[in-house]
Amino acid sequence: MFDVIVVGAGCVGALTARKLSSYQLNVLVIEKENDVGNATSMANSAIVHSGYDPVPGTLKAKFNVLGNKMYPELCRDLDVHFEQIGSLTVALYDEQIPMLKELAERSKQNGVEVKLLSKEEVLEMEPNISPDVKGALLAPSAGIVNPFTLVVHAMENAVDHGVELHLNEEVKEIKSLQEGFEVITSKGKYQTKVLINCAGIYGDKIHSLIEPIDYNIRARKGQYFVLDHYAKGLVNHVIFPLPSEKGKGILVSPTTSGNYIVGPSSEWSDDKDLVSCDKPTLDNVRAQAQAMVPSIPFNQVIRIFAGNRPTPSTHDFVIGTAKQYPNFINASGIESPGLVSSPAIAEYIVETYVSKVLTLVKKDSWSGKVRPRVHLNELSESERNALIKKDHHFGRIICNCEKVTYGEILDELSRSVPPHSVKALKKRTRAGFGKCQGGFCQPLVIQILAEHYGVMFSDINYDKLGSEICKYSTKGEEK
Amino acid sequence: MIRHRLVIIGGGSAGMAAAVKAYELGEKDILILEKNNYLGGILNQCIHNGFGLHEFKEELTGPEFMSRFSKQVNELGIKYRLNANVLSISKDKVVTYSSEEDGLVEVQADAIILTTGCYERNAGAIQIAGDRPVGVYTAGQAQLYLNCYGYLVGKKVFILGSGDIGLIMARRMTLEGAKVLGVAELMPYSAGLNRNIVQCLQDFNIPLYLSHTVKEVRGKNRVEKVIIAEVDEKMQFIPGTEMEFDCDTLLLSVGLIPNNDLFNSLGIKFSKTRGAVVNQDMETEIPGIFSAGNVLHVHDLVDYVVSEAREAAVGAVKYLNNSTKHAGFAYEIKQGFGIGYVVPQVLNIDDASEKVSFKFRVAKPFKDIVINIKEGERLLKKIIKPAIVPSEMEIVYLPKELFQKEDHTITVSVEERK
Repeated sequence: MFDVIVVGAGCVGALTARKLSSYQLNVLVIEKENDVGNATSMANSAIVHSGYDPVPGTLKAKFNVLGNKMYPELCRDLDVHFEQIGSLTVALYDEQIPMLKELAERSKQNGVEVKLLSKEEVLEMEPNISPDVKGALLAPSAGIVNPFTLVVHAMENAVDHGVELHLNEEVKEIKSLQEGFEVITSKGKYQTKVLINCAGIYGDKIHSLIEPIDYNIRARKGQYFVLDHYAKGLVNHVIFPLPSEKGKGILVSPTTSGNYIVGPSSEWSDDKDLVSCDKPTLDNVRAQAQAMVPSIPFNQVIRIFAGNRPTPSTHDFVIGTAKQYPNFINASGIESPGLVSSPAIAEYIVETYVSKVLTLVKKDSWSGKVRPRVHLNELSESERNALIKKDHHFGRIICNCEKVTYGEILDELSRSVPPHSVKALKKRTRAGFGKCQGGFCQPLVIQILAEHYGVMFSDINYDKLGSEICKYSTKGEEK
Repeated sequence: MIRHRLVIIGGGSAGMAAAVKAYELGEKDILILEKNNYLGGILNQCIHNGFGLHEFKEELTGPEFMSRFSKQVNELGIKYRLNANVLSISKDKVVTYSSEEDGLVEVQADAIILTTGCYERNAGAIQIAGDRPVGVYTAGQAQLYLNCYGYLVGKKVFILGSGDIGLIMARRMTLEGAKVLGVAELMPYSAGLNRNIVQCLQDFNIPLYLSHTVKEVRGKNRVEKVIIAEVDEKMQFIPGTEMEFDCDTLLLSVGLIPNNDLFNSLGIKFSKTRGAVVNQDMETEIPGIFSAGNVLHVHDLVDYVVSEAREAAVGAVKYLNNSTKHAGFAYEIKQGFGIGYVVPQVLNIDDASEKVSFKFRVAKPFKDIVINIKEGERLLKKIIKPAIVPSEMEIVYLPKELFQKEDHTITVSVEERK
């Protein structure tokens, strides 16, 4: 019997598993996707919000502010790229100035440091912002993060400390036992004393497997553009419009990989797995972004994508225990500001709810740090040469656009949450992330994966199981 | 630091042709840096024939064509490094590359020729709407998997874009047992060579839908359906013209983009081709740094790539021998009405060889026109064309003495004959 089963390995699930791994507990994480962090945690704005925007007193406000404070240390320990570049919420019309002041007041209530800037101050900081700008609210604690490696490294840290991770396994049924639950999945049955529901957009479905619920979680889709990294200095902060009831609006921001991200839209979707893009919506995203930053070089778009926000009908994060079961803990519907809130939520649910059911005994051997990765671009020429001398794989470039080496790929494969798909490897290393979108390096990546796992070239998936790229061999017999 | 007089980045057809030419002109201190573990670049995957009609007066396959050059490179003993990926070029011509064997190496060059070819526009760049399933590839990617790895990416294929690689792949995948359902082209005319339309589509009864593009891709995990629709002159979808194709693959042949990454940090100007602005020697704004082949502008035929690379080699050797003045009378070459682009964009006439080449494409198809090349208002050359299409590059050679150094502007333009 497990002490805890965590359903879902997005940012909340992975960070919860990491927190649990610091205690003497027997933990299993069940994830239906072929990689961790493969849904909402993967397709979002990658912003560590300051907390100026959520309504004071809500769980969103509470965990946003707490989470923001945890990020610098968290990302240092987990070796995740995080930059506290600050955000600017810009007013483009005179009538928006009172709204800026209102936001400043809200920030104060939430305990977030902000500063109102004049038009001149804004333009000095951000020369590419529209000259129509009337003022802005600067929130210095906002930042940008690599959301892919955040989840992967958090889970890696957990697995390094004994947490078991099952991918490609879907929870089908949950039965209440005398003590705990029986979890029936697409692959087997497990018993656990505590269940933590971190199923994101499917959080309502997982909760309803154990008792009737009076809320739902709907998919609210956001569509984005990703620009190549040539427009250096386009914007230096996360640039937001004034928020509306639809959310924080369409932002323009640098990413931790030097690209720029523009989006998201906001539209309800009846299909929680649907991440399609459409032209009218993207045209609207483009127009709204251009109102703030007119010179965005949209001819440098290398990708469009969409992600689904898990929006609960309760208008706030769903955090707490099930009505009838103190050992069934929900942490779902974690829409924006979810990424920033997730480390605080993880800590909270373990310390507040798990601790009530299980005795938490710290592991002496626990460390919140992962084995450091090699950061080639931070090395001097001589350091890099010394590394290549030690391990020649670091000399061979596999991804030409993003200059990812064979050595970095092999390192990822040697870790405790290794990539199994082309996309999982891409999320970890950026191989295939650049302007050619894998046109040149994808066959090499497939070859490396096939070799590592001892399978056929044709067995390697792009993402989910059943998404093989080279399905049909032209030679020999078909499988 | 290692020194070489001439460093050529990219060992494809352009790089090899430039190296051989420079060697023949007496420049022996050459280093070719190639990222792959073989020379020849993209031609290795182009196993169809049709290469070399101009160069060798015979029809060769891609690998045959490139091996004639790699053989020469080897015979002449021209130095090259394989698996050598160039990370950067500096303004003072330090080339930094990384390889397993050599580590991180800085090479001080006296002259550089960039021949890194191009890459394909992909689904991200053209922002195809719809679901994001697996099964959407560029045609070149599918070609690589098929010809070099022995795998078909799908069995029921639709192709967007009538670029040559897409057309070639329509035939190639059909021959391997896939069903190619059709090719959609956004423009009212094909982007590929006419011979490819005939030999790759018509001969296999594959329909070509002009003025059509993909409206939506559907499929959760893999591509299940591609919906195309007709577009009007403003490129807007015409309601009611939708057609659905049940397929597992969408190939894209929607253009090639010069692979100019290494030039981005140099702060040099780029032209409409998305390649560097160059002069008559294929020399960029930085003296001694040259660019040729598909990294400069995308060619239809490798034969033209090779001849352009040789022009760059001539320029580089001239530069290395201190025979280039970078002074005297300079022309700016402009594209006038109906012209998509012209290469070069700058002509330093006093540095020019006896013949100056002008390469250009029209912006759209024309019938019954005259192409005028003028120095100021004075006509230098008049070319009568019964028909002309953007997919076919034009090359005109003008004798040096034609230029009168009277007006600093040379314009290439289309004149429609009434």
